[in-house]
Amino acid sequence: MELFADTLSWLLLLSGGAFVIIGAVGTLRFPDFYTRTHAAGVTDTLGADLVLLGMLLQAPDAMTAIKILLIFFFLIMTSPVATHSVAHAAYAGREAPLTGKLLLRQNVPLAPGAEDEGGAS
Amino acid sequence: MFAATTLALGVAMILMLIRAVLGPTVYDRVLAVNSFGTKTVLLLGVLGFLMGRPAFLDIALLYALINFVGTIAILKFFRYGGLMTAMDDEDPIRQEGR
Amino acid sequence: MSEFLKISGRRIVLVLALIALWMLLSGYWNKATLVAFGAFSVAVTLWFSERAEIVDREGVPTSIFPRILTYMSWLLLEIGKANIIVAREVIRPQIKLAPKMIRVPADQPSDLTRTIFANSVTLTPGTVTVDVREDCLLIHALDEKLADVEGIAEMGAKCTRLESGRGA
Repeated sequence: MELFADTLSWLLLLSGGAFVIIGAVGTLRFPDFYTRTHAAGVTDTLGADLVLLGMLLQAPDAMTAIKILLIFFFLIMTSPVATHSVAHAAYAGREAPLTGKLLLRQNVPLAPGAEDEGGAS
Repeated sequence: MFAATTLALGVAMILMLIRAVLGPTVYDRVLAVNSFGTKTVLLLGVLGFLMGRPAFLDIALLYALINFVGTIAILKFFRYGGLMTAMDDEDPIRQEGR
Repeated sequence: MSEFLKISGRRIVLVLALIALWMLLSGYWNKATLVAFGAFSVAVTLWFSERAEIVDREGVPTSIFPRILTYMSWLLLEIGKANIIVAREVIRPQIKLAPKMIRVPADQPSDLTRTIFANSVTLTPGTVTVDVREDCLLIHALDEKLADVEGIAEMGAKCTRLESGRGA
């Protein structure tokens, strides 16, 4: 049983680390700001969750486990708000998204309902 | 095994710093710094286990909260030019749309 | 009268939650000085939230407490699935993306469920809520196959059901 929990937590920690690195690489590679938010989201959700779950299985006492669960809860609550506020600030600041297969720069729609669907592909 | 995760987090943090330095727009930088903060929280937790000091988890918990508040404060500062402005004023985009 | 009872019920829930949080984080049960300081900090927090007028339906959303747990476990599964798609896009040697801006109707009656909906969309990788409007959300999707309006609208219907019960 001990061995099983150890192996599982090792797997969780390793795959969490892998997802964190994938998110960081995506943030470096993706072409514009809006796509980068998606790559950063991989780190904020699955990477963080897997690492925290792995730590949860290694927790020596109940107090530590509760603290890890609280960190998990706070990250789940705050990371989408932070991501949305950055994205909305970029939108309000007229940062134009790249759309379509050709990654053409689409003008930011000003009026509600004026954007063309699907972009310029 | 915690050492491997620490290494992965460190590499990812260096990549995030590169993005924060390169980032063409200010939003890229804010996004990178926010993501860097999330990784810092994870790194603090993992280091606490690696060094056998569970008190690090309290610091990680606080850092998670401060990181969020800091991101919102930076964005509000760039948007309104100050922190004391009321946030419920009319949206410039909606205003032009009318 | 019933209005007052409702509000003070929320206050009691808030105080109990704060006491539980303090106990969990500190772990001191029998040191009188520390417990007194804990009670003091709970009182100060309650005073601040009264002063900022945030003890209301949104600040302490008691109406969705039992149902939010099943919703969150469903959401975690969705996050896992979407993450794998995005991770595959990242490690593709040649970047091949087709980002898209979509509009998804959001007809949630209350701000609370609409906020939960917008946050769930942002939390799912591959879709980020860019703007919240009167009747819809403006969403940036990473790829064509992540931009299915029906799937996201179904998530919105689940959020509406969080507050109103089984119906609707």
